[in-house]
Amino acid sequence: MIDTIKRISGVNPRKCMKCGKCTASCPAFERMQFHPHQFVDMVENGRIHELMNSEGIDFCLSCFACVERCPRNVEPAKVIEAVRLAVVRQQGGAHLTPDEIPALLDDELPQQAITAAFRKYRK
Amino acid sequence: MTYSYFPGCTLKTKGKDLDIWGRASAEALGFTLEELPDWQCCGAVYPMAKDEIATRLSSVRALMAAGEKGQDLVTLCSACHHVIKRVNNDLRTDETIRDKVARYLKLETPYAGETNVRHYLEVLRDKIGFDVLKEKVVNPLTGRKIGAYYGCMLLRPASEMGFDDPENPTILEDFIRAIGAEPVIYARRNECCGGYCTIKDKGFATKQVDAIMENARNCGAEELITACPLCLYNLKENATDGLPVAYFTELLAEALGVKEAAK
Ligand code: SF4
Ligand code: SF4
Ligand code: SF4
Ligand code: SF4
Repeated sequence: MIDTIKRISGVNPRKCMKCGKCTASCPAFERMQFHPHQFVDMVENGRIHELMNSEGIDFCLSCFACVERCPRNVEPAKVIEAVRLAVVRQQGGAHLTPDEIPALLDDELPQQAITAAFRKYRK
Repeated sequence: MTYSYFPGCTLKTKGKDLDIWGRASAEALGFTLEELPDWQCCGAVYPMAKDEIATRLSSVRALMAAGEKGQDLVTLCSACHHVIKRVNNDLRTDETIRDKVARYLKLETPYAGETNVRHYLEVLRDKIGFDVLKEKVVNPLTGRKIGAYYGCMLLRPASEMGFDDPENPTILEDFIRAIGAEPVIYARRNECCGGYCTIKDKGFATKQVDAIMENARNCGAEELITACPLCLYNLKENATDGLPVAYFTELLAEALGVKEAAK
């Protein structure tokens, strides 16, 4: 599992120097049970299942602040994405079904939001 | 000058104003956006995982179609730009992805990211020039105090986007100056608005937007501009007490006098 996460994310968690800047930059950190720097650390230590079952992994906004501001170029967002994919690729792992969509729509909501949600929460 | 143009699905529907005024202004500035005949939605989210191939294909098809015409590919929507630019970068730099894509699409010669991707704002800055734009302005927006809202996708990660300084960008401020208005610089102009969460947790989006609005207002902004339909939606609909928000192309068209002409 740990190798899968490393392979699909392309991230080497050992580059991390635990400075916490990624978490400090993250707009979503308070909604995530584990914060970006913890993701990196826990992947390094093989705690993948804990991450997969944690709250808020789909709260990452793909804003890339953590990627931009990491002094070691670790790219934490890619690890979070890889863990999220490991969850949604499991059978029954998707968070959003097409039947849920109509209730979420309003007149002004751009397609982009729906397309993005499908990309992020389903497989 | 003629460019291949990837409008994206949102610009055909909810984001029409970004598209219409972008095209009309281009003509007034002497360049043409030629819409690709068979473009497909880019998917709106860049596939970060290296083993995601199918989700990269619509971008590759658009890039190749522009390349076949010998044209650069121009985007307007921040999200499309982000996705297409980064996928192009993958094809340039990642051999595995390049080979897999070539097999999927049955290409004799693999596509290796040869097409240039330019955001509309980059065309204004690098091809037209803000000084030339300034000369073409017939209705300068004198006295208007405008805050640029960059959001995330145009700027980050700068190593791939190469758009502007990710922490202290100037392109939209230069644009605002060129159309005769006064740019207002505020700290949160490049912080995420939380747009992706709007269908999951509106309260969270509102909190992000309110912080952006408060910061912009305190710095003296009276209106905001953006290049992203999702930012526009989020800033407008999820703000508790927001400033007016428009697409940068609307103000461009206004300054160039093409908005009145269309009425
Ligand atoms: S990309 Fe995700 S994890 Fe990284 S700063 Fe943004 S929201 Fe946080
Ligand atoms: S910013 Fe980079 S180096 Fe610092 S804790 Fe985060 S991942 Fe590690
Ligand atoms: S980013 Fe949005 S508008 Fe652009 S093509 Fe993709 S989904 Fe459609
Ligand atoms: S919509 Fe908001 S969340 Fe998305 S890129 Fe624009 S700024 Fe970031």
